[in-house]
Amino acid sequence: MIVSGVSVDLTKEEMKYIKERMGREPSAVEAGMLDIMWSEHCSYKASRPVLKMLPTSGKRVILGPGYDAGVVDIGDNQCIAFKIESHNHPSAIDPFSGAATGIGGIIRDVLAVGARPIALVDPIFFGRLNNPHTKWLMNNVVHGIGDYGNCTGIATVAGETHFDHSFEKNPLVNCACFGLVDRDKIVYAKAKEAGDLLVLVGSATGKDGIHGVTFASKNLHKKSEEERPAVQIPDPFLKKLIIEATLEALKTGKVKAIKDFGGGGLTCISSEIASKGGLGADIEVSQVHTREKLTAFEIMLSESQERMMFSCNPKDLKILEKIFEKYNVAHRVVGKLIPEKKLIVRENGKIVADVPIELLTDVPTVKMPSKKPREIEKLLRQKKPHIPSNLNEVLMKLLGSENIASKRWIYEQYDTEVGDRTVLKCGESDASVLKISDKKAIAIKSDCNYKHAYIDPYSGGAGGVLENIRNLTATGAVPIAIVDNLNFGNPNNPEVFYQLSESVRGMSDALNFFQLPCVGGNVSLYNEEDTSMKAIKPSPVSLAVGLIDNLENITSLEFKQEGDSIVMIGNTAMETGGSEYFSVIFGLEGGIPPAIDFEAEKNAAHVVHESIKRKLVNAAHDLSSGGLAVSLAEMCIKGNLGAEITLEAVPSKTKNVQADDLLFSESYGRYVLTTKDPQKILKLAEEKGVKAAIIGRVMSEKRLTVYDSSEKKQKIMDLAITSMRDEFENSIERKMR
Amino acid sequence: MPRIAIIQFPGSNCDMDAYHVAREVMHMNAELVWHTDFKESKFEGAILPGGFSYGDHLRSGIIAAFSPAMKEVKKMNKERKPILGICNGFQILAEAQLLPGALLRNSSMRFVCKWISMKVVTSRSPASRKFAKGDIFQAPTAHGEGNYYIEEEKLKELYDNDQIVFKYCNIAGMETPDSNPNGSLENIAGVCNLEGNVIGLMPHPERASERILNPFKNEKGRIVLESFKEYLQGKK
Repeated sequence: MIVSGVSVDLTKEEMKYIKERMGREPSAVEAGMLDIMWSEHCSYKASRPVLKMLPTSGKRVILGPGYDAGVVDIGDNQCIAFKIESHNHPSAIDPFSGAATGIGGIIRDVLAVGARPIALVDPIFFGRLNNPHTKWLMNNVVHGIGDYGNCTGIATVAGETHFDHSFEKNPLVNCACFGLVDRDKIVYAKAKEAGDLLVLVGSATGKDGIHGVTFASKNLHKKSEEERPAVQIPDPFLKKLIIEATLEALKTGKVKAIKDFGGGGLTCISSEIASKGGLGADIEVSQVHTREKLTAFEIMLSESQERMMFSCNPKDLKILEKIFEKYNVAHRVVGKLIPEKKLIVRENGKIVADVPIELLTDVPTVKMPSKKPREIEKLLRQKKPHIPSNLNEVLMKLLGSENIASKRWIYEQYDTEVGDRTVLKCGESDASVLKISDKKAIAIKSDCNYKHAYIDPYSGGAGGVLENIRNLTATGAVPIAIVDNLNFGNPNNPEVFYQLSESVRGMSDALNFFQLPCVGGNVSLYNEEDTSMKAIKPSPVSLAVGLIDNLENITSLEFKQEGDSIVMIGNTAMETGGSEYFSVIFGLEGGIPPAIDFEAEKNAAHVVHESIKRKLVNAAHDLSSGGLAVSLAEMCIKGNLGAEITLEAVPSKTKNVQADDLLFSESYGRYVLTTKDPQKILKLAEEKGVKAAIIGRVMSEKRLTVYDSSEKKQKIMDLAITSMRDEFENSIERKMR
Repeated sequence: MPRIAIIQFPGSNCDMDAYHVAREVMHMNAELVWHTDFKESKFEGAILPGGFSYGDHLRSGIIAAFSPAMKEVKKMNKERKPILGICNGFQILAEAQLLPGALLRNSSMRFVCKWISMKVVTSRSPASRKFAKGDIFQAPTAHGEGNYYIEEEKLKELYDNDQIVFKYCNIAGMETPDSNPNGSLENIAGVCNLEGNVIGLMPHPERASERILNPFKNEKGRIVLESFKEYLQGKK
């Protein structure tokens, strides 16, 4: 609709509410400001009721949702700050800049609580790699992430990459950053005192990114390409200077509040900083340094990158200015905090906007209808096809398939080592491990079970968190908190809203059971495209951090010692629904997805954790995409040692499981461990009521051999490591040529 | 203990890593020095750390090479004090013509971060004197422009004058194309000047100096800084 000559994405009811509260028609500048603050991206008006389900508190939580980043206590006065955000829409249009500015934004979030950024994590989702458009997207997204992270000197240590036709037009680029901050040095984006100055530091404001958030709060359409100015321009070199200048400025103790310029630009930053402190702000747009001549409307809405807002007492300004000048970073006093709870915007002294703060920050929620998607019943009815006769071929196909094959082509373009903390990184273990001190490390990993969520959103939502737990546990860590990124289609579609709310319910139940808090996150809706009307598969990403309090407990996944027993923890069921086996081998999307059993999951994690703590474990790997067969192959490839496996020994829920269930099912709650001392692990499992068994042995002969459950003990799989490695390590590179 | 400067240019990002290893692992008297504050007379040696000085604008190393700090580094060289450039530090030293050759875009045209093996060709440099010739060790590379190039005649001079310090190789020490991460001529990973006091290398020994961070479960990378420390202390 048009308000004061400005086109806004507000509904009639919303406009009516706004007019009533203001007692008049908003001016053009005000309409633009309200438009962005009332977008889903800034207001969470549709998703807020759903997000309320997530547990957000816990004894380690220092800052939860609502701040720039979540902060959790890891002891010894140290805290981890972390946050995840999506940059899906910009990356669909301009993948290089979209991905790079996604990284830039998330770095600022972590910096804004006073933390030094130490690691980046990137979950990215594309269409199938046989599509040239996908290759173009992936090439540029990876280049954008690498370019930005490498230049700023923050190691990109983990991530996940998925390929599925539903992401073809709507790639997902989620960006996460971890930072380290002393507990007593955390800063809050919270105004302290009226009269304090607001200082804009960093890049000149330009026309880029105007309406970025409203662009992200609607479907992609044919003319989206024309909205390219809604994508921001990255400058990682300036960001590096801003990081150092900010951390040096914080050391002076003179900074009262900082906040990063993200979605919603100057409007969002000044209203949120003021609102948190129960104050208002008075902004003079003519003081903002700009790249070109801009109107007040454009300055208030621009999302130009590489900008931070500082608040300080006027008498301390000189001290901070000296630091900004050392780093050659531009800075301007653009306003001040005022006692009245209003956001006043002036242009050369003349008031162009005067809006009550809460009208910008407390947006009424919208109740969305919800309906179970019709296709779910059909998907669940999908029967498993006959087991293929040649299982060697099946495993080779899986190892070379884009979702399972090594992502070496991607992570070798990222500096995984800068910062001197990386103990284990992408590909070496289930989670990445960073050294924090001589006695402490953290493990981090993001997971998203979108294929399971498509069939059963609850199972998929819970499943992502459970996979987090397994991945962290397998490295020797205890999970302590997560952040989430909820990527879904258009919430106005009741079926999409059902997927969103059920996924979050699954996540919440898992988090509550494991007493894990969700300390922040991001919601990215409208991931669908107008021409096909197809939404992406529901993609709830959860990103977890775990603590390792003894560096000797850090465990990687490769086979290490010939003669070690291979112990399987957990039960396998006939749950090949939504598995890679189904999609790669048969091209099927349905079937029965893994069932959720929190108690069994907890007990299995306990057994693994205790076994690692008691120094019984040489290698640990969780079972996920591709099931047991793929996990074993990875352990062979990375360790360059073979294995002999007896399928009959694999613990299963029911007697009628077939060889393909045992090999490729993605049932939850399962791990493979190698050990010299299997009996001790089996005893621990028995005490906890966890199914566990010795299923084979690590061999010096460089082959993976699997014997079936028949009396003749036939070899049903027998592959040389060299051929598995070639498929696994080089498939993506071959496809990208 | 001799003072050494770790020079921070705008955009340096391995300065803190070099500082951590020099100070906490090697117990050297190292200081972080912002480029505008660097005065060579106060220091016995200098490390130019990795990173993206001036955002790699124009081309990597070139802007820093013309900075006032590098005039000081050149003075330092005249006094034959040891100077070590790692990654971007090597690029800056090459652009400042304190080291021979140039570092071109990687042959893959992509940034490459991976652990590589290299072997010691000469132990006459301040960064290799504690190695034996032929020693093999691992360190990670992380660069987009590390493809070493030099004209044919000058290459011969490098060999004649024993200026090639490190070469990429496989785990067995063979100089294969597969073990060369960036297309460098003759697998060259590091060179020194004629006098042997200035040395630059593309891989990051400071990231291979602690066993826990090293996937090969050794800490041989620290021999680079150990060599530097010994050189500074004047042991011949």
